Amino acid sequence: MRCLHLSLWLLLALFSAGARADEPLPKVVVADPFIELHTGPGRGYPIFHVIERGQEVTIVKRRTDWFQVRSDRDVAGWVARGQMLATLEPTGEPLDLKEPTRENYMSRRWQGGVMGGDFGGASLISVFGGYAFSDNLAIELTLNHMPGDLSNAFSATLGLTHVFAPEWRLSPYFTLGTGLIYIEPKTTLVSTEDRTDQIGYVGVGLQFYLTRRFMLRSEYRKNIVFTSRNDNEEIDEWKYLGFACFF
Amino acid sequence: MEISRLRLLLLSALAVSLLPGCAWFGRNRDEAPPAPASASAGASEATADQPVIEPKVERRDVKRARIDTEDFEAGLFAGVLSIEDFESNAVYGAHLSYHLTEDFFIEGTLGRSRAGRTSYEKLSGSADLLRGSERDYTYYALSAGWNALPGEVFVGGNRSYNTAFYLLAGVGSTRFGGDDLFTVNAGAGYKVLLKDWMAVHLDVRDYIFDSDLLGKKKIVNNLEAHLGISFFF
Repeated sequence: MRCLHLSLWLLLALFSAGARADEPLPKVVVADPFIELHTGPGRGYPIFHVIERGQEVTIVKRRTDWFQVRSDRDVAGWVARGQMLATLEPTGEPLDLKEPTRENYMSRRWQGGVMGGDFGGASLISVFGGYAFSDNLAIELTLNHMPGDLSNAFSATLGLTHVFAPEWRLSPYFTLGTGLIYIEPKTTLVSTEDRTDQIGYVGVGLQFYLTRRFMLRSEYRKNIVFTSRNDNEEIDEWKYLGFACFF
Repeated sequence: MEISRLRLLLLSALAVSLLPGCAWFGRNRDEAPPAPASASAGASEATADQPVIEPKVERRDVKRARIDTEDFEAGLFAGVLSIEDFESNAVYGAHLSYHLTEDFFIEGTLGRSRAGRTSYEKLSGSADLLRGSERDYTYYALSAGWNALPGEVFVGGNRSYNTAFYLLAGVGSTRFGGDDLFTVNAGAGYKVLLKDWMAVHLDVRDYIFDSDLLGKKKIVNNLEAHLGISFFF
């Protein structure tokens, strides 16, 4: 409940932040024989206007790979990225969109994503975020939720991730860290107590560069739960598939 | 014939001698102008460095303006959730989407409802199966979406709105009856963009999980239909 309220407030805050300082919108000159204006940001939306070479257009906004532009005559429409790349900036240089590519992965700083899998028989939903302080090494915070048949568990872990070959499209990585796990047995079971334990893990994974700023990930972790009993518990954690973005 | 050949020869000779001659006349213009007579050699060097034409074009200070990217979409929704065995009830929540391409997006959803009473509880008059807060039904879902049918609707003669029919599927968790239950969701929706930055949604989704709340474990399908409004930023 509190979570929901918090998110509603966050939404409101986001909308109110929309009123930002008015800086002039960027303008470009059409360099192709003409550019086509669609009624919407998608290839299926019809073309309703063209703007000829040499005319100046204002870029209003961007959504995915489409740009909303406005002509001198105040006609506004959506232009595909491919055609925008052929326009010129006021300096005469081709428009530089600074698109992230695989090479940009090396200079990434922030990365985040979601993963799903299996945690010792329970389902696993995982969210992670990381900060890279070199090409290979990053510090990562992972939040897991494991709703299972016998218990429901949450964990938060902090660890180091070493990507062996960040310049490759498919690269293995190694991870090591520690954190806390909170286990809450199901209400239908004869009540055992909720408990919080320390957890340590070592893991390996594979990451695959998809496109732009997107990656796919798959990971295995061996967890050791340091219980207050005589024996520690070992839990296998498989994250079958995950999706990540880097910034 | 003989004359014309001779004429050609003479004309060529004339051209050969005249053309370099023209260049010879203009040869000084390409070079630096002769330094005017001055007292010191240093001063004459300084004048030689000055360009012949002083460009009077003011340098424009070009600041590369940032393009406003609107790939995020956030919204609120309200509707009806049918909780299997526990009546249909009002549901409300919020969602945040990130549009990866024109076709695909990912979405996080939070929702909240409250379960009613089962037919058994009503008819038997016995004690309730769930106590106070256990009837609270909250869920979150992480889904992937596909804009399967983008299109337009036409209202009257001069008005058209962009639309999209999309399919969604994902995983998440539901808290109900005091337990967290791993939940799979799938559904479809229809979105009408009233403005470039605002859309109205109609979504139908099925939330599926295993439940042993009524004794034996079974698969539970909870259908939800909701109306929402969202904003791109």
